[in-house]
Amino acid sequence: MSRTIQQWSLFLAVNFGLACWLGYALNSPASSVKTILLPGKTTHGHYQIELDCSACHAEDGNREFMENACINCHGEDLKQARDTHPAKKFSDPVHAETLAVLDATKCVTCHQEHVDHRTLDMGLTMPADYCYQCHQETLKSRPSHANYAFDSCANAGCHNYHDNNALYERFLFRHYDEPDYREKIKTLKREVVEFREGVSLTADQANGVEGRLEGTDSPATFDAQIVDDWATTAHALAGVNCSGCHLVSLHEESSDQSTTGSSADRTKPSDGDGDGAEQQLVWSDTVSHQVCATCHGTQVQGFVKGRHGMRLGSNLPAMTPSQARLDMHSVAGHEKLDCSACHSGHRFDTQYAAVDACLKCHADSHSVAFKSTSHFALFEAETSGKAEAGTGVTCATCHMPRLEDEDDNVFVQHNQNNNLRPNEKMIREVCLDCHGMQFSLNALADPQLIEQCFGGESEVYVESIDMAKAWFDLKEKQKQERNRKRAEARAAKQAAEEAAKKVAAEQSFSLETH
Amino acid sequence: MKLTTKNEQLIARTTGFGITSYVLCTTLFATLIGVAVNGSVATEPTAPAEPATKPAAPVAAEGGVSYKAFTDAVHAVMMADRTVYAKKVVTRLKKQDAPVTPSEYWEDEEHTIPLPAQMFRMGAGLVDENPAAGFKYGLKSSWPLNEQNTPGSEVEKQALKHMETTGENFYGEETLGGKKYFVAAYPDRAVAEACWVCHNEHSNRKDEYPEFKKGDVMGGVIVRVPMK
Repeated sequence: MSRTIQQWSLFLAVNFGLACWLGYALNSPASSVKTILLPGKTTHGHYQIELDCSACHAEDGNREFMENACINCHGEDLKQARDTHPAKKFSDPVHAETLAVLDATKCVTCHQEHVDHRTLDMGLTMPADYCYQCHQETLKSRPSHANYAFDSCANAGCHNYHDNNALYERFLFRHYDEPDYREKIKTLKREVVEFREGVSLTADQANGVEGRLEGTDSPATFDAQIVDDWATTAHALAGVNCSGCHLVSLHEESSDQSTTGSSADRTKPSDGDGDGAEQQLVWSDTVSHQVCATCHGTQVQGFVKGRHGMRLGSNLPAMTPSQARLDMHSVAGHEKLDCSACHSGHRFDTQYAAVDACLKCHADSHSVAFKSTSHFALFEAETSGKAEAGTGVTCATCHMPRLEDEDDNVFVQHNQNNNLRPNEKMIREVCLDCHGMQFSLNALADPQLIEQCFGGESEVYVESIDMAKAWFDLKEKQKQERNRKRAEARAAKQAAEEAAKKVAAEQSFSLETH
Repeated sequence: MKLTTKNEQLIARTTGFGITSYVLCTTLFATLIGVAVNGSVATEPTAPAEPATKPAAPVAAEGGVSYKAFTDAVHAVMMADRTVYAKKVVTRLKKQDAPVTPSEYWEDEEHTIPLPAQMFRMGAGLVDENPAAGFKYGLKSSWPLNEQNTPGSEVEKQALKHMETTGENFYGEETLGGKKYFVAAYPDRAVAEACWVCHNEHSNRKDEYPEFKKGDVMGGVIVRVPMK
């Protein structure tokens, strides 16, 4: 009898423990305890934030919440890419039947998560011939496409579902027969910052600071090397000194790098007036991305959406290379990926950030091959002063390019999603700055060349541009033919009218004479 | 199934009880911990879902406005705005040989503005996104330059045929995806020379398309209101 009680007690205790664990996992904030709840392997786009269930799921399982979650992170990018298949394209009720087969108004129709066995390279969970549902007409209306299978629409250099910015036929046609290399490189120059007068600080001034910064727990002395490094930067020129970044309000310090890029409510300690004066400021050796966002908002906004900062954007601890699915150097395994991972030290060297910072962690063949490419040779020529500024090509030139915002301000796009996959996304923002369209399409379609980081010639020839050219030429010929026929018809009509007039005139003449 | 040994019986009993109590305990503790952590019951969402995507109620049929009167009215506004754009903006720019010209590829070409039909379509897109609108409209044609604008339902085909032959409006009802709609169609005529010249010469035009001239019905505006 006591044995039965013993067994029951053990059983209940185990279940009690399990229930506690599950209950805690269900309700705890994002952390590794939630691993038990994951129903399957997450796609390469989302695995970094897979422990933050609430990023995509509502507590009550609301499907609409999930759709909105997709749009919250990806909506802006889709808009910018002029998404060719936005949900609104299908809102016409005549599509009801087709939507019943394939609901193109919902992201999750194609982008299902946690189903690794059905997930394709791009993170898609779809049969490859889904275009068939709506575009059967194309085989008839475009004779050039008659022999193409519907699973080849998305072949490299042909069509994307969302981003066809550089693939629509008029664009291809306009870029027909371009030389492989442009005479003039179009990349944007770094924005020259206009500094406020009278605020710039020198190392001497900073070195002159004796003891702790007033009313704070800052270090009593400052490392001369750090101060010297800092004095070379735009920060010094702009009057952003030690306290500008290292003094944070007590609240911020305790929340420890938790919230996203928004920094609207951050008090600027250096101002020293207004609300900030009432907050207790404490010294922080580390500088969070929110502090950087005080001045570099656009950059941080991109960063927390991209592969490097998305964990910080989801209130998770920073990403580390050891958690990555790509090959990384083991020595860098535990680097924390915040702003200072690439913009390190107090020099914030952007040249370092553009190549060596990347190669410190990335060890895949594409990254490793970079230093043996002509792109890198151009970068070396630029940095050694042998070539003009802006002629070098770095990792960042292609994956984190300098862009212009709506107000024409130059910024660096720190969200590399916009310049990764599908790689045709890179054509307009990056490749065409230096190369012709055909050259770019060919290069991006050659997997082996990509592996070599474009250190060679493409073995692939993409026919899209030729097809667009043939299509527009044919249409032009038909148009001219139509116009010729129209002119002939007009002339014939005119001749007939004149003949009729002549007959009438002759008749009236003969009537008059009779 | 017959259980032979005491041990097997115990295992079966334990398993049966185990599953039941497991589910009960999990739910109970999840809820309790939920209360402890969130200060509310876990099954209740803390923030209400966005109401913005809820479909708006049909606009017409209440307060004495018939579906027809409603569609006639909104169509009048659509056409007025489009005519102003075509005649007072686009044609004016053309006449003045202005450095800004209308272009189909306005998004990618400098110094260009959208064509009147594109402006009309963009308006339809915004109405579509606005949950307060409660109706949808579009421009369809039997001779579209963009295949996507081919009539998509039997009623649309019927409406276009009717308008092409009689030049009159069309009114009807149809059920799509289990929802009943009031459908009104208004002939879209060639009013400005630029319209028919461009359509007659466009590269997407098919050989069997007719040559348009002033006053021809080139397609139709379809307005669709969900019925109660």
